[in-house]
Amino acid sequence: MPKVRFATAWLGGCSGCHMSFLDLDEKLIDLADKIELVYSPIADAKEFPENVDVTLVEGAVANIDNLKLAKEIRARSRLVVSFGDCAVTGNVPSLRNKLGVDDVLTAVYHEGPGRHPTGGDEIMPRLLPKVLPLHQVIHVDAFLPGCPPDPDRIWAAVSALLAGEPLVLEPEMRTFG
Amino acid sequence: MSVVTLTINDELVSAQEGQTLLSVLQERGIEVPTLCHLDGLSERGGCRLCMVEMEGTGRLQAACVTQVQEGMVVHTHSERLVKYRRMILELLFSERNHVCAVCVMNGHCELQWEAAQIGMDHVRYEYLNPDLPMDASHERFVIDHNRCILCTRCVRVCDEIEGAHVWDVMGRGVNSRVIADLNQPWGTSQSCTSCGKCVQVCPTGALFSKGATVAEMEKQHNFLRWILDGREKKIWSYENGK
Repeated sequence: MPKVRFATAWLGGCSGCHMSFLDLDEKLIDLADKIELVYSPIADAKEFPENVDVTLVEGAVANIDNLKLAKEIRARSRLVVSFGDCAVTGNVPSLRNKLGVDDVLTAVYHEGPGRHPTGGDEIMPRLLPKVLPLHQVIHVDAFLPGCPPDPDRIWAAVSALLAGEPLVLEPEMRTFG
Repeated sequence: MSVVTLTINDELVSAQEGQTLLSVLQERGIEVPTLCHLDGLSERGGCRLCMVEMEGTGRLQAACVTQVQEGMVVHTHSERLVKYRRMILELLFSERNHVCAVCVMNGHCELQWEAAQIGMDHVRYEYLNPDLPMDASHERFVIDHNRCILCTRCVRVCDEIEGAHVWDVMGRGVNSRVIADLNQPWGTSQSCTSCGKCVQVCPTGALFSKGATVAEMEKQHNFLRWILDGREKKIWSYENGK
């Protein structure tokens, strides 16, 4: 059986979901038999490849780089999964939504110590006016809530997706937070 | 009291006249979600989660404020009801800032649990992200309007059980806000007895004890039964484990 082309991506989040993914521990060895990891923050791939079967996306869409990558992921993946609360709801990154972008940058950089980025020099990707959950930007096929989703949830979800089954989690496994 | 017979989900059921439909459903173990309902408080019919279908009328009825009637034919879990219940929860999540991961009630919250129960794995509506304040002026408690779902349990427990009526609701619709006394900082309220009943009945992290941080707040509803059993039935002590 050919291996499933599997990817994970990291948008506006803390990488906690990826840490939780690594907490699958010895199950990662079983997983490695079934998948080929074609793109991930923990793999050496610069471009998001074509023909990906399943992509787990951590993080909310907070800036123009997140937006660009989200669209590439959608165009090149068969199944896209919102992986964790930031992707599903906006979560902590979206706490800035009630403040204006300028006010946030002023509070964090201009009023803080050190040199502040100008925003126009392409060093820092421009922030979107509002941090958005992934499904408000691209079509999402399945949702895996949790902050972070614990390894049991991730395993339940990944097992179902690899078996070609719909992702239906028990109530205890689909709480936010 | 006379007995009435009704049909719930194609099953004949008898109930006491004057009973609410919700109490009959609960007696029979038929689980419908609730948020504004709390045993021991008056019913409000505000959250609309316990809505049921009743044959002969196109309107959905909130089971908590509907009295059983002879011959009633009720459905509690039709596709339409489940769809509406999920919509209600999604609207609650989108209306204020419910960020479970950083909430004092994470893991103990009734809103969080109802969403998981019904399978609300994401919110299809745009989040409003309103700019709402917290009031930490009380010496022991905090009210965080970001987490309030306007169930008014706090308003009712303070009025009906404590007898102080500190809380009320001001404004309309999406602008509604729970206020202390005449819309003043909670800590300056002269009617508040600092009993903490409002904090204990609040289903979310909108009311919490000062000093509690993420996931540290747990709430106790038992006191309501103890108070009411004493007042109404003159039961002042319980056998162990009761």
